Amino acid sequence: MIEASTLTKRYGVTTAVNELTFTARSGRVTGFLGPNGAGKSTTMRLILGLDTPDSGTVHIDGVPYRRLKDPLRTVGAMLDATWRHPGRSGRAHLRWLAATNGIPDKRVEEVLALVGLTSVGDTRVLQYSLGMQQRLGIAAAMLGDPRVLLFDEPVNGLDPEGMVWIRQLLHSLAADGRTVFVSSHLLPEMAQTAQDLVVIGRGRLIYQGTMDEFVARTNEHGVRVRTPHVAELRAALTGQAEFTEDGGAFVVSGLDSDRIGQLAFDAGATLHELSPISGSLEQAYLDLTREAVEFPAAAMASPVSVASVSPVSSVSPVSSSEVAK
Amino acid sequence: MNLLAVERIKLFSTRSPWWCALITLALTIGFAAIIAGASPADQPINVSATQFGGSQFGIAVVMVLAALAVTTEYRFNTIRTTFQAVPHRSPALVAKAVVVALAALVIGEIAAFGALGLGMLMRPNDGLGLHTTQDWLNVAGMGPVFAISAVLAVALGILIRHSAGAIALLLIYYLAVEELVQLIPKIGHTIHEWLPFNVANKFLRGSAVGGGDGPPPSDAPLSPGWALAYFAGIAIVFLLVALGVAKKRDA
Repeated sequence: MIEASTLTKRYGVTTAVNELTFTARSGRVTGFLGPNGAGKSTTMRLILGLDTPDSGTVHIDGVPYRRLKDPLRTVGAMLDATWRHPGRSGRAHLRWLAATNGIPDKRVEEVLALVGLTSVGDTRVLQYSLGMQQRLGIAAAMLGDPRVLLFDEPVNGLDPEGMVWIRQLLHSLAADGRTVFVSSHLLPEMAQTAQDLVVIGRGRLIYQGTMDEFVARTNEHGVRVRTPHVAELRAALTGQAEFTEDGGAFVVSGLDSDRIGQLAFDAGATLHELSPISGSLEQAYLDLTREAVEFPAAAMASPVSVASVSPVSSVSPVSSSEVAK
Repeated sequence: MNLLAVERIKLFSTRSPWWCALITLALTIGFAAIIAGASPADQPINVSATQFGGSQFGIAVVMVLAALAVTTEYRFNTIRTTFQAVPHRSPALVAKAVVVALAALVIGEIAAFGALGLGMLMRPNDGLGLHTTQDWLNVAGMGPVFAISAVLAVALGILIRHSAGAIALLLIYYLAVEELVQLIPKIGHTIHEWLPFNVANKFLRGSAVGGGDGPPPSDAPLSPGWALAYFAGIAIVFLLVALGVAKKRDA
């Protein structure tokens, strides 16, 4: 468990983290979300004792990081996949890191195998692809078989296959009862990965809670419904929910997709589409963090993102239903 | 002990220390060969002349090796990973200083004895050899002087963090500043007597006047033993300051 309490860090006149209080529970994947420059990486460094807070505390299972003996055995972290000497092999990198905390070389081979880098273990890191570097970073985090794991933007630069791999890894780590704390500035990725959510903007806490609650908040953004039986559906929805209509396409708010499907079935209306608008989740996040964005792109920001997100939700109902779940 | 192993793995798993070590050996032994080959046959050279390359240029390259051992950690952020694994920081940095110093010691001994051996081979009639205590200090003392110089360079590397900055400062100080200080009127000479590398030279070469070849003797007033202690003391003070700064600074 990670507990931050009124954590504050200033660099000169900039307050990077401002009275931040949050908890990341064990057995859960906690998404740490915020726009670029919100203070996510600074918070990660404060958790790991790399930077010293101006005030406030952060404890790992009740203890400040700097008081941990052999900390890699308690906390594994990948803050940046490029934190390594490019001229050193992946295996040598893991070996020196393991030696700091008295972790046997056998474990180095185990984590190399876990991330699938055994065959390139003796290759110098400068020849690794971005995905391989990311895997090496994850191997390093796993070295001490830690109870608490921190990942800063782990899917940055990964191909879709790599993203799925990381998502599954994070889920299995949390299922073991570990605390998994993952930062990202991409909400759709988080929505598929995290069970809990900590959202910050300009160093301040904006939201803490479960992903489900967060999604529930956004349901008012609606469900997209298409039907050839326009009149039947209109009659079924009238009085039950707010909706807008455009030809055979409805956007319904105030009801979830299960309920709408049932109403349509009862009314004898065939549905060609029934999908929660996943863009709405993005929109909720943008609404939430708008005031907190460090460098807002003026009025451009919201219409562009809505336009770019909405078509995705209609062509891939699988991902949108996964989001809603 | 773990941390010494850590720093050993770090040092020897990249290429630059190997290159620096090879260059140090080549410079030290190469200069001995040049001096031995270039001196007229009827003018015998002394032990100090065979050690010229090591004490003048070998030290510089060893300090580059030592500074790089730290500054590349800052350059590639492995220092953060290190501090993450060793949150108290100082033990890791001390271990690095020790391992780099030991490597420098070994390089220094190989270089010094290599240079003497080559000199003896090339000038069999000059009576070169370890005849006096001063001869011993001049050759076997090279290792300790390399080691202490390396600690100094590690400390400076921690303080400055940038490879180019640390190396430029070290080399400019070592190759120019100590000599130029003597140009200051009245006090210049007195200051020079107490500057670290001049004092280190006192340990190596004593006050004996060389036979015309090789570097001039040191003007430091300390005895050779105290000279080494003084040189080591300065390195340790720098290291302690560096540890204090590294502990407080955000990584």
